[in-house]
This record gives sequence, structure tokens and C-alpha cells, in this order.
Amino acid sequence: MGIYRSNRWLVRHVDVKVLRGQLVYIIGANGAGKTTTAKALLGLIPTDEGEIRRGPALKVGYVPQRLHINPTLPLTMRRLLRLTERYKNTEIDHAITAVGLQRLGNPFVSTLSGGEFQRLLLAQAMLSRPDLLLLDEPAQGVDAAGADKLHNIIDRIRIELGCGVLCISHDLQLAMDTGDDFLVLIPHEHDEMDST
Amino acid sequence: MTLFDDFLIRSLIAGIGVALIAGPMGCFVVWRRLAYFGETIAHSALLGITVAVVFSFNFMLGVLISSIAVVVVMYYIDRSENLPTETLLGLLAHGGLAIGLVVLSFFPNMRMDLEALLFGDILAVSKTDLVVIWIGGGVVFASLLFLWRQLLTSTVSEDLAKVAGMRPDLTNLCFGLLMAIVIAGAVKIVGILLIVALLIIPAATARKFAISPEIMAALAGLIGVVGVIGGLGSSLYWDTPAGPSMVVTLMILFALSRVLKISYGTTEKSATRNK
Repeated sequence: MGIYRSNRWLVRHVDVKVLRGQLVYIIGANGAGKTTTAKALLGLIPTDEGEIRRGPALKVGYVPQRLHINPTLPLTMRRLLRLTERYKNTEIDHAITAVGLQRLGNPFVSTLSGGEFQRLLLAQAMLSRPDLLLLDEPAQGVDAAGADKLHNIIDRIRIELGCGVLCISHDLQLAMDTGDDFLVLIPHEHDEMDST
Repeated sequence: MTLFDDFLIRSLIAGIGVALIAGPMGCFVVWRRLAYFGETIAHSALLGITVAVVFSFNFMLGVLISSIAVVVVMYYIDRSENLPTETLLGLLAHGGLAIGLVVLSFFPNMRMDLEALLFGDILAVSKTDLVVIWIGGGVVFASLLFLWRQLLTSTVSEDLAKVAGMRPDLTNLCFGLLMAIVIAGAVKIVGILLIVALLIIPAATARKFAISPEIMAALAGLIGVVGVIGGLGSSLYWDTPAGPSMVVTLMILFALSRVLKISYGTTEKSATRNK
């Protein structure tokens, strides 16, 4: 798969495969095209080369890298979870418990800390019971302890839903330790050899 | 002789109709930071009005046409140009205003009350205007109900909306068209220069007391209605201009809501009910 914009390849020769129940990492430095790759896999941006094959009726849950919610929007935690679909109260409770936010009550999302907000987004993504979870640097801006906790939560969700997880990160060590597979993206200026 | 023969009743009903719908729309304007987008549609409305006067048809229709033109042009230019959005908006806003004034100068015999256009002329609302306003308002209200989930989701994140199978690009276009209708209705009430006030001040006031987007939208509509009634009352008793008086009333309500902040200071953390 490749994506070509403004006279250059943003990413090229990306070949990644996620099976049900697997945890696969995409690792890369800033600007290597990790988010671009993720968005292409989700179908948010078109690809210019290659193909993306999805299982039949594949349901994807997505946690974007950065999401800023305008504080003038009075969204509570539970209301955010109900944003795209009318989930039952029990489902909402379950998702909140799964990400460990049950003790917070129902605060406005604008008052959540960075780590809490990431976990809330994770809860939002798991509510649709996806076959694949795509997480774009979920631990970004979260301290080491928080990141550990987050990755434990992700693991539990993966086991519970039996879904595949594609996680974008820049932590190669983490990927080697916990991932079933990983892919490293390198910012490339040296691709001319196969631009035919 | 019916109730609607009284100009004051007509003004009141027209004002309430516009305010009820401007409130919820204004919430989206605030949430999506689209105040300048609203200004652009409003300013360029002068061109639409000029066209309507020249060809002598209802000027709300003229405003609707120019507003829709602005929305569609923005929709396409915003994707292809690499200028900042607010630069494009400024270009269209003042371009539309200037072209309107220049075109107007070609028709020296045509009398147009510029002050009424800029600041509204609610006391001159006709029965036709009334019908048009309430039908337009009904259309906008129904569309908002229908599109609510999509609009809200794409306000939070267009990517999340797409992943959930929605079409935020179409949602945004629809929202722009709804804005065009609201502004066409509001020109008569508060005038080109004050429309955005009618959109954003009720929403800004309502935020303080809202624990969900829906409540904020409903509150904003009601606050707008209070503004309309206050403005018309002031106009009646003290002979002040109606449109600006409405905006002043809304400003007073907003200021009051800020003062109340002290006693409501804990609402942010304690919104425990859910919607």
C-alpha cells in the first residue's frame, strides 16, 4: 500500500496483516507516516497504490491520536459513549468498567485528564464490539505508569472481544515485548530504486 | 380583522420563530467555531437583497439564494485552495457586501433602507414574511432533529463519524444550507450586522446551565425568545430600535449568567445525571 501526496510518497510499501486476537504494532519516528497509514487502513483517506483487504463485514473501532473536544460542548462521559449509537445502560456501564473509569461518576469530558480521556475513547471504540481495534498512539502524553495501565486494559479488551488490535506507537521495546508482530516505518528518501 | 393584523403581534411571532431555531443552530456555531462563517453568509446577504430588490421578489428569497451560493462556494473552495479558511471567508464576506453596494449604485432610483437591512426592521414584518419564517423554521427544526446524531458526532470528530459509517462532508454541507435558511429568516429581524449575535449569545449564555448538548440547544432557543420579547418591549416603551434592543437584552442575560457563575461554580464537576 502507498499514499502519494504533493509530489512525494508519504508512505510506501506498507504491508501489514492483523489476525483476530493478534496484537500488531506499527512503529515509527515522527513523520514516518504512522497516522497516515492508520487513516488509510480505516478508509479515511484513499490509497494510491496497493490494496486493503478486509474480512467480510469487518467492524473497526478507532481511537484517534489527538481529539480535542471544544469545552463549550457540554458532553458528559456517558453521553460521549452514546454519541454514535444508542447503547444500553448496561453496555455503557460495562465499557466504563472495562477501562477503569467507573469511580469518576459522570463528569464532563472537558474535565478529564489526558489519560482518562484516552481510556474513555478506548471505551467508545470497544462499545461497537469491533473485530479490529485501531489505536493511534494511545499512550501519548501519558506517564509510564499510566501507559502500563493502558496497555493492560487494551490487552484485557483484546481477550474479551477476541478482536485484533493494531496499535501505533514509537516504543519499539514495548512492541517487541508484547506484540505478536510489528512493522517499522522509516521516513524514506531512498525509494527511487523501485518507483517504476 | 385577525390577530395577525396587529403589527406588534406579527413582529413577536416572527421574532420568536427565528429565535427558537437560531438558538440550536447557534450552539453548533459555537461548538464548531463557525461565528465567522455566519458573518460571511450574513454580509454577503446584501448582494442577495440587492438582486431581490432589482428583480422585485421577496428579499428573504434573495438572501437565501446568496447564502446558499456562499455555502456551496465555501464547500468547494475550502477543499481545493490552500488559503486559510478565515481568509476565504473574509474574501467572500466583504466581496459580497461590496458587490452588493456597487450593483445597488447602478439603480439610483431604487430606494432601499440601508439601516433596516443592517439592523433589522422587525416591526415591518408582513404576513407573508411570517409564513415564510415559520415554514423555514419548521424545515430547519425537522432537519436538525433528523441530522442531530450526525451533526454532533462530526462536531466531536469527523474521523470518528466516518469510522461509524457517517458522511461528515455531507453533514457539513447540510448544516451550511440550514445556516443559509436561518440567516435568510433573521435578516428581517435583527439585520445583517447583528445576526451572528442572535446565534451565538444565547448559546454562550446557555452553556453555563447545560449538562447535555440537547439541553443547551433548547435553553439557547428559549433565551433567544426572551431576547426577542425584551427587545420588542424596549422598542415599544422607550422607542429604541428593535433589533439592537434584542441584542442588548441578550447581552444583559449573558452578563447575568456570568454573575451567577459564583453560585453555580460547581456544575462542571457535578454533572452526574446522564442524557
